[in-house]
Amino acid sequence: MTGNIGLYHPGSSLLHRLPAGVKLLAMLAGVIGVVLLRQWWQLAIAAAVVAALYAAARIPPRVAWDQVRPLRYLIPVVAALQWWLSGWQAAVAVCGTVLIGVALAALVTLTTRVTSMLDAVAVLLRPLRRFGVDPDRIGLLLALTIRCIPLLAGIVAAVSEARRARGLGFSLVALAAPVVIRSLRSADALGEALVARGADD
Amino acid sequence: MSEIRFRDVHHRYGERVVLDGIDLVLTEHRIGIVGANGSGKSTLARMINGLVSPTSGSVTVDGLDAGRDGREVRRRVGFVFTDPDNQIVMPTVAEDVAFSLRRSGLTKPAIAARVAETLHRFHLAELADHPAHLLSGGQKQLLALAAVLVRRPAVLVADEPTTLLDLRNARRVADVLAGLDEQLIVVSHHLDLLAEFDRVVVLDAGRVVADGPPAAALPAYQGLYA
Repeated sequence: MTGNIGLYHPGSSLLHRLPAGVKLLAMLAGVIGVVLLRQWWQLAIAAAVVAALYAAARIPPRVAWDQVRPLRYLIPVVAALQWWLSGWQAAVAVCGTVLIGVALAALVTLTTRVTSMLDAVAVLLRPLRRFGVDPDRIGLLLALTIRCIPLLAGIVAAVSEARRARGLGFSLVALAAPVVIRSLRSADALGEALVARGADD
Repeated sequence: MSEIRFRDVHHRYGERVVLDGIDLVLTEHRIGIVGANGSGKSTLARMINGLVSPTSGSVTVDGLDAGRDGREVRRRVGFVFTDPDNQIVMPTVAEDVAFSLRRSGLTKPAIAARVAETLHRFHLAELADHPAHLLSGGQKQLLALAAVLVRRPAVLVADEPTTLLDLRNARRVADVLAGLDEQLIVVSHHLDLLAEFDRVVVLDAGRVVADGPPAAALPAYQGLYA
């Protein structure tokens, strides 16, 4: 279900080889630039540039689509609301900005190993060490956050399957309660495994 | 081989007694621990790694107290859990193995070399960039083993490492375990996995009820429920 979301896609393109810090800064600049765009044709050009970057990184279309697919329910709602409140230009501007921003961020994660990202974060946070911030710990936190995406997706899928197997209809409580309990148990087990693996060295 | 010593170990969760006066000295190369669910075997295994501290008594590894000297003990004792999904931290296979060495003090090239060697050892080299969570159950357990053994512990403790695997993958993991040079302590319900071990300890209701070569200890275990 979430097999291609936010995970490194192996490759040897120029984008794959760029240092993680450069890509993070470029992404930041790109997202700020996109937020400043207002005209539909400006956003179309930005979208074309992002698409070209995906092609240059040799990201398969299916994997690229997986990055923005989770927005398929949110975008129509936001678009309708914006159109109703401010007109179609505003709807295009807001939805285009969100889609391009998410695609850009996903491109960085698809072309950057998590370890490279953590090294970059550790370098960026190094000045904060004097204030008691441990960059390695922050890096570990980010790695665990990324790790939890497929873990939680797996739990939700297993709980949903169990509900269907028992012939039960959809119920938020029936979904949320076991998901929360299993997530907490998984978090507990993951914490124990981290200690066993020497993460507290 | 390391010397793992349990001295009058008692443990309870609330009112429930889990271990009740365990005295053991484990020095053999391959040791199996068997017992019914709730017999205390997983708690016993976790104590070797310092993940659980006894309510009373002590557990030492080569003279180091597993509770007080936990970090040093965990450098000597690796631990593999039943469900490898709970042990995998990083998104790709190679990154997850490298994660174990992040605070080892090794240089990046040295870490890369050690990771490559370990992946080759566990037949995972071709999957180095593969998303870890998309591996098969057997491959995930091999990855969990690789991620622990890359730290080169003297002892490996495995808590039911084949329980969640199908027959083929269980055999694959069992073959890898059988070929390890490290001292090995395996908690398992799969008795055939332990048949060639040097020693098997049988637990029942938190006590050691049989202890010896598999040929004697495994029939004693089966006799408990005959």
